[in-house]
Order: sequence, then structure tokens, then C-alpha cells
Amino acid sequence: MSLNPSPEETPGLRRRFIISSIIVAGVFCILALRLWYLQILGTDYYRDLSERNRIRYVAIQAPRGAVFDRHGVLLVDNRPAFTVSALRQEVDDRKQLFANLAKLLDIDEAMLEERWQKGQSLPRYRPLPLVEDVGRQAMEMVQENSIDLPGLLIEVKPLRSYPFGDMAAHLFGYLGEVTEDELRQSEFSDYRSGEMVGKTALEKAYESRLQGDAGQKRIEVNVRGRELRQVTIRSPLPGQQVYLTIDSDLQQAAENALADNAGAIVALDVNSGEVLALVSRPTFDPAWFARGITSEEWRDLSNNPQHPMTNKALRGQYPPGSTFKMAVALAALEAGTVTPATKVYCSGSLKLSRSYEFRCWKKGGHGSVDLHKAIKESCDVWFYQVGLETGIDRISSAAKRLGLGAQTGFPFGSERSGLIPTREWKKKRFGTSWYDGETVISSIGQGFVLTTPMQLATMAAALANGGTVWRPQVVQKIVDLEGNAEWVLDPEKLNETAWSSEHLTLVRKAMEAVVNDVGGTAWRSRLDKVRFAGKTGTAQVVRRKSDEEEEESEEGEVPYQFRDHALFVSYAPAENPQIAVAVVVEHGGHGSSAAAPVAKAMYDAYFADEAKAEEVTKLISTED
Amino acid sequence: MFDRRLITNFNWAYLLLVLMICLIGIANMYSATSSWTAAVLPVHLKQFYWVGIGLAIVAIVCLFDYRHLEYFSVPLYGCNLLLLGMVLAFGKTIMGATRWIGLAGLNVQPSEIMKIVIIIALARYFSEKANLRGFSLGELVLPGLILGVPALLIMKQPDLGTALLVLCIGGTMALFAGVRRSAIIFLGMSGVAAVCGGWFLLHDYQKKRILTFLNPEQDPLGAGYHIIQSKIAVGSGGFNGLGFMKGTQSQLSFLPERHTDFAFSVFAEEWGLTGCLLLLAFYCLIVLWGLHIALRSNDRFGMYLAIGVCAMLFWHIVVNLGMVIGLLPVVGVPLPLFSYGGTSMVTTMTGIGLLLNVGMRRFMF
Repeated sequence: MSLNPSPEETPGLRRRFIISSIIVAGVFCILALRLWYLQILGTDYYRDLSERNRIRYVAIQAPRGAVFDRHGVLLVDNRPAFTVSALRQEVDDRKQLFANLAKLLDIDEAMLEERWQKGQSLPRYRPLPLVEDVGRQAMEMVQENSIDLPGLLIEVKPLRSYPFGDMAAHLFGYLGEVTEDELRQSEFSDYRSGEMVGKTALEKAYESRLQGDAGQKRIEVNVRGRELRQVTIRSPLPGQQVYLTIDSDLQQAAENALADNAGAIVALDVNSGEVLALVSRPTFDPAWFARGITSEEWRDLSNNPQHPMTNKALRGQYPPGSTFKMAVALAALEAGTVTPATKVYCSGSLKLSRSYEFRCWKKGGHGSVDLHKAIKESCDVWFYQVGLETGIDRISSAAKRLGLGAQTGFPFGSERSGLIPTREWKKKRFGTSWYDGETVISSIGQGFVLTTPMQLATMAAALANGGTVWRPQVVQKIVDLEGNAEWVLDPEKLNETAWSSEHLTLVRKAMEAVVNDVGGTAWRSRLDKVRFAGKTGTAQVVRRKSDEEEEESEEGEVPYQFRDHALFVSYAPAENPQIAVAVVVEHGGHGSSAAAPVAKAMYDAYFADEAKAEEVTKLISTED
Repeated sequence: MFDRRLITNFNWAYLLLVLMICLIGIANMYSATSSWTAAVLPVHLKQFYWVGIGLAIVAIVCLFDYRHLEYFSVPLYGCNLLLLGMVLAFGKTIMGATRWIGLAGLNVQPSEIMKIVIIIALARYFSEKANLRGFSLGELVLPGLILGVPALLIMKQPDLGTALLVLCIGGTMALFAGVRRSAIIFLGMSGVAAVCGGWFLLHDYQKKRILTFLNPEQDPLGAGYHIIQSKIAVGSGGFNGLGFMKGTQSQLSFLPERHTDFAFSVFAEEWGLTGCLLLLAFYCLIVLWGLHIALRSNDRFGMYLAIGVCAMLFWHIVVNLGMVIGLLPVVGVPLPLFSYGGTSMVTTMTGIGLLLNVGMRRFMF
């Protein structure tokens, strides 16, 4: 067919074949060389890259340290919480996925979308949390329906839990996600976005001890970030355990006693300053913050006119009212302006000048009044008169030595310092000199005088223990995982005043009479099993304009925000005191009717246990 | 008509070599797709059927004397050109490219068939115009058109990879047939000019591929992803490989398109340099043996036919491997016999059928 000779016999063609073969072999050699370069010279480099592709380091959140009360009752704990998260690289049809999930868990689809958008700042391979703390049943439902929910996974994280609900919430404070700002600070260098940190109070102050050491696991993932197997794991170390000086029974009794009222209670061990109870109401549920508070919940909390987020025990500043009278009495005795026998006639008011008349709370007057009766029946006129004679600066000095007018040194919660005025202070503050009328109203704890419930409690404790102002402390000890105490409370004296024991006894006897004698302002709150001493106080919130107005207004008709604050400072037992309690009921009316019963309820609870404890110790000692 | 010599001259060893590559490919595919959820028909099994179809095609192609193709070359070429035109007019568009056309219930890719048809057409031209002094520029106008028109149509689809391959195949055949030095210089210079001019005609994704090839780390998650992941897979294979089914790059799906264009990366990761060199040797042998068949062929048409098939195999292998190991830009070219794909298998087996056809009929006079 073909007329051409065979290529094999054509020398020119033969040469071309040889050249072609050499070129082909050469090109294959280049490919082989390149393979040698990648696979032999580059093995380590590329194996490292391959490792980095498939191995992820995942932090395992450490459970925060638990919090106990002084008797070892668990107050703050952790529980496993299930979070439904999305692996974004596995989610193809987000709309469908959200629709399915929303239907399954009966939640809002828009909320899921919102979380999705919010989570876009997370690294792409990190699971994006969609629904937090879904509960075991919902978790099982998600797992059963995983075919309809491609790209979802369940993560287990420790979540703060509060066995007593909102009890002592202000003491614990709350948690929140670490913010971008915080992450930039060096003290948060160990944290990763999305982790929870203490935002207030104990959780914040002891963050470094409570936090624990996060663990880490090396996992193998596929290209979409799904975990295939665990390579290695370093378990997290839980945070240290904090034992508080709080007595949970007393705390609970205090919370119950205050009930729906706004106000604050502080109970102290008079011989060490240990805080036995600290209440501020209304309060919040810290569990809301642990799981992530919704904007609605936050709005309700911050718009509440009774300020549930404020710790009123430390940051509430109230005129002490008549609870201030012990300071005035001690100042007067010290200055010698009065003796135990000095009597003042109370006609129902004190006229300072023609236009200034200061009235006693008792319209008819108390008649002839000595110091004991003045405190017992809270005669204002006696204190007007004695205060005037003693002078504001001496009163202030005594008040300050009782722990008022300065921060008590409570370890956290940014307490306020209150205010004990002096002449110098007024000059500096207002540039005007001090008026006698101001001394008069200061003598019954009104005017410029402001105190915090914590200060009132330290004052009551100082009166009870003979003049020592202890720094109030709430952490008894901090214990590491092996049970070794890392830190133990060391009582700290802030001030020790050697009041004349005669003077002190006089004041204390009067306080005892307030509760236990007929005619005492808190007589109705006396307790059979334990004699306690106290002083009521009723602090005006606004000055009333005229007699007529007051005549007409019945207590119930005064608008809430204008009602008086009710106060009560106390300690018990009257002989050999152990515990001091200060109560402030915001807009509660009279100290005798609103505040003293609260303290009574607390002593009732506290000494019920105490009696039991004593019985137990007796039993043990007899066995010995 | 049927001669006993046809059986004795049939190159069984060559076919065995081809089959071995196919089987290695199927095993590799099994590993590459093992993480997939079980489909009705797993990919490796489908490929197994395609190999069977390929063998049938080899048998059919070998039944007829290749010399008949010389007469059919013109109508074949014409029909295929028509098909290419139809693709542009009403082909199926998948991922921005129009390459397929429905024909008798099958999805046909005329640009693939064109590779074979070009080989036949050019083989006829060069064998008729045999010229040992080399072809002048004027004599190259017709083959230039034969090659250029379909190449342009394919480029319009756009399928730059196939277009370039078609040009490479034709160019290789022309160079083998002999081109005068002046023509080479002229073509070379106009080629450079065309490349520079062509840059502006390229699609964005095509430009990106070339730029990414030059610097893959520039866009590690986007366009550079393929090259980077492939190099990681190949490189981490080392000397002995990570073992069958143990390559993390492929098993954990970091490697894209791992049963098609990047099948070799999977193989390289799991079998290492040893496996790669073996496979490379097989491929080298396929091409060199093909050249040997061409050399020993009985007539010019057969020779050019065999040369064309060798060029087709050679360029596919080189472009795919070059891409996978980061020597060439990412062009969607499968590795013949090894990558998954029916179209590629049919084209390659047709070529191999032609090669064997030429080889078994060299004593037929």
C-alpha cells in the first residue's frame, strides 16, 4: 500500500527516534528528580506540614474551684453542660439545619442565625456554639436526629452551678465571657476567647485561684475539622477550693427574713471580723450569667429601680439614723459632757433658735431622760442637747474609731466609704463653716452622715468586743486539690480603742434594754433563748416639709421611694457576745417594726444551731 | 482477511503493562475514596468497569486494519469539528465550562475525541507529504489549520488544558515529521507573541492558576490550596510511603480531587518514592515502547499514528505529574489509565488500541 520504505530502514527517521527516546527518558528523569527532591529531601518538612494539617490542639476548660461555707456546705459548684455547636465547614445548608434544630428543640430560628453571625470571629476550625446548656434530654434528641442535623456536634463543658439558687449571689459575683479588651491584657494571656472569667466579687477577686489549669488534647481532624480520634490528652486541673466564713444556715435565714424587701444584712463574728452572712436584696441569679445572660434579662436587671446588681451591704450608703447614737453617747462620755446621771428634759422638741426647732420622734416628749433611757427609748432631744455640747468633731472622732466613715477593708466588691462629717471636711467641701443645727441632726445620724451596712456591722461588733474594729473578711481558707491549705484567714485589727469599760458597759446595758426591757424600741423583737442587744434606727430619706403634711400622711400612703429606711444594729448574746448583725431595710418604715424582726429571725436560726453544736461538743467531751 | 500472524504479533506484554497501571490505579482509588460514605457503586468499582470497556475498545480498534482510517480521516475530522461547534452552540455547562454534549443518550466530550481524530488527520497529511528535508512554512499551513481550528474551538469552551494538549500532540507530530529551521524560528517567535497576547484572552480563573503556580503560598486556602496540599502529600510520603490506606492527606480529605486529577498524590503519599519510581518506570516504558512500535511500523501512516498516540500519552503524563508535584501550573489533565474517569479511559484505550493495531500489522504485506 504505502510506497515508502519502512522507517527502520530510513537513517534520518531512525535518528529522530533515538532523539525522541532520549528526550522522553530525560523528561521522566526530571520528574524522578523532582520526586526525589520532595520525598527524600523534603520528607521532614512536608510531614510536619501534614501533621499541622490534621492535628489540632484543643483546650479543655478546667472546672472552676468550688466554694464552700464555713462548715463545708457546698455553695458554688460545677456541672456538665451540653452545648450544641456547629462545625462550619460541614454545614452546607444552614437554613435547613437551623429550621430542623429550631423545630427539634422548640427554639427561635432567628436566635440561631444571630449566634452564627456572632461566632464568625472564631477561628474557622473551632466549633461555633449555637445553643448552650441544652439539658440531657435535648442533647439526646440532637444525637438521635444527627442525620437531619449535619455539621452539628455536642460539646461538654463544666458550667458554674449554684445549689442554693440566688443565695449570697452578691458575695459570689458572676461570670462572663472574657472580653476582647481583657484578652489584650497580660493577666489574661492564658485565656482564649469564649472562656468564662469572674466579672465581680469573689469570682473576680480570686479568679487566678478559682480558674484552674486548662487541659489540652491533641486530636486528629479531617479537612472539615471534625474530630476523628484523640491522640494525646492532658487533663485539666480544677481550680482551688475556697472555704468562706459564711454560715449557710444563717445566710439562708437572713435572706428569708428580708424576703421581698430591698436592703442589706451583714453578720460578723465579733471576735475576728469573719463575715457570717452577707445579704443584699433584691438579688440576681448568678446561673443566668454562667450560661450567658440574654439581653432581655440584663435589661430587666439593670432597669430595676431597686438595683439588684448593686451589693448594698458594701455599696449602699444610708444615713444611720438612731443607730448612730452609741457613737454620740461614747463621745459625750469620753469628753465628759455627760455623766451616767446627767438628765435632759425632753419636751418633744429642742428649740435652737426662733426659727429652728428640732423635734423628737415622740410627740409628747420623753420627760426627764438619762443616757440609759435615751438609748433605750431613742430619745432624740437628749442627743440633740448632748451632741451640741460635745461638738461635731468629737462625735466624728468616736464614730471613726468605731469603724464608720472609712472603708472597712472588705477584700472585694469595691465598697463605699460612707461619710462622717467634721468642721474641716465641710470647709473643704463647701467652703462654709459648720452650723450648730448640723451638729443637732448629725447627733441622730442624719444630715451629712452616711454609713454602709458593713460599717454598721463592724461598729456593732466593736461595741460588743470592747472596742476592736476587725477587718471584715469572708474567705476562711483556700485549699488545693490535695487538700493542703494554700491560704488561711488571719484576723486583722483595723482599730483598737480603749474605751472606758464603765462607759462601754453603760452603752451596752442600754442596748440590751432596747430589746429586753419594757419600753425599749425593739422590745417586741426580744428572743427567749438568747438575750441580744441592739439599737433601732429610722432614717429619713427626705425631709418632711411641715407638721400638717406629716399629720395627714399615714405610713401606707407615703410613696415607696419617700418612705424611711429601717435600720437595726445588734449583737448577741448580750453577755459574752459572739455575733453582730446590722440590718438595713430600704424604705422599710421604722427600725423597730421592719429591721429588728429581721435580726431576731437570724439570731433565732443561728443560736438554734449553736445550741445543737454545744450539745454535740458536750456529748463528745463526756465520752472522753 | 483475518491472519493468524495478527495474534502472534499482538503485543500482549504491552497490554499487560497497561492493565497493571490500571489495576494500581483502581487500588489507589479504593484507598483515596475509602472515607466516602458507601455509594451504590463505589468509584473504584466503576473504574473497574471502565477498564473493561477500555479493553473492549482496544479489541474493537484492533479488529480493523488501521490503514482504513486513512480514507475515513477526512469525514471523521469533519464530523468531529461539527460536534465541537455544536458543543459551543448547545452544550451542557458545568462549572463555567461547556464541554459536554448529549449524543444518543450519552454525555460525549468531543474535545477528547478530537485528540484521536487530530492524530489520524495529521498522520495522513504527514505520511502523504513525506519530506525528509523538513516541511517549510508554506507546507505547514494546512496542518496548522487542521490543528488550529479545533484548538481554538476547544479554547472557547473554555478548556485551556485540552487545547494546549491538542496543540502539543500536533506540534510533536510536526516536529517529528520534520520542520525547516526557518519555520521553527518563525513559529517559535509567533508562539511567544501568541502567549503574550493570549494572556489578555485568558479567563480570570486561568490567569489565577498560572499566577498561583508561580507563587502558591500567596493564596494558601484559595487557588494555591491544590498545589500546596498535593506537595504536602507527595513530600510526606518519603522513601517508603505511609502505607496503603494510611496517607493522612488523602484519608482525612485534605487533598482535593484525590481520585481524579490528584490521584498520583495519594499514591505518592502512601507508597513513597519507591512506588512512584516504579509507576514512573511503567509510564516511561509505555511511551518508549510506543515509540519502538512506531519505529518498527510498516508504513508512514502507521508510524505517524503511533507517534501521535505516544505524544498524547507523553503529554498527558508529563502535564499531570508536573502539576501534581508542583512543576507545572494546575491544569485539569488526568493521569492516563490512573485517574478516575470514563472519558479519559476511552480516549486513552482508543489510542493504545491504535498503537497495538499498528504494531500487530507490520508484517501484513
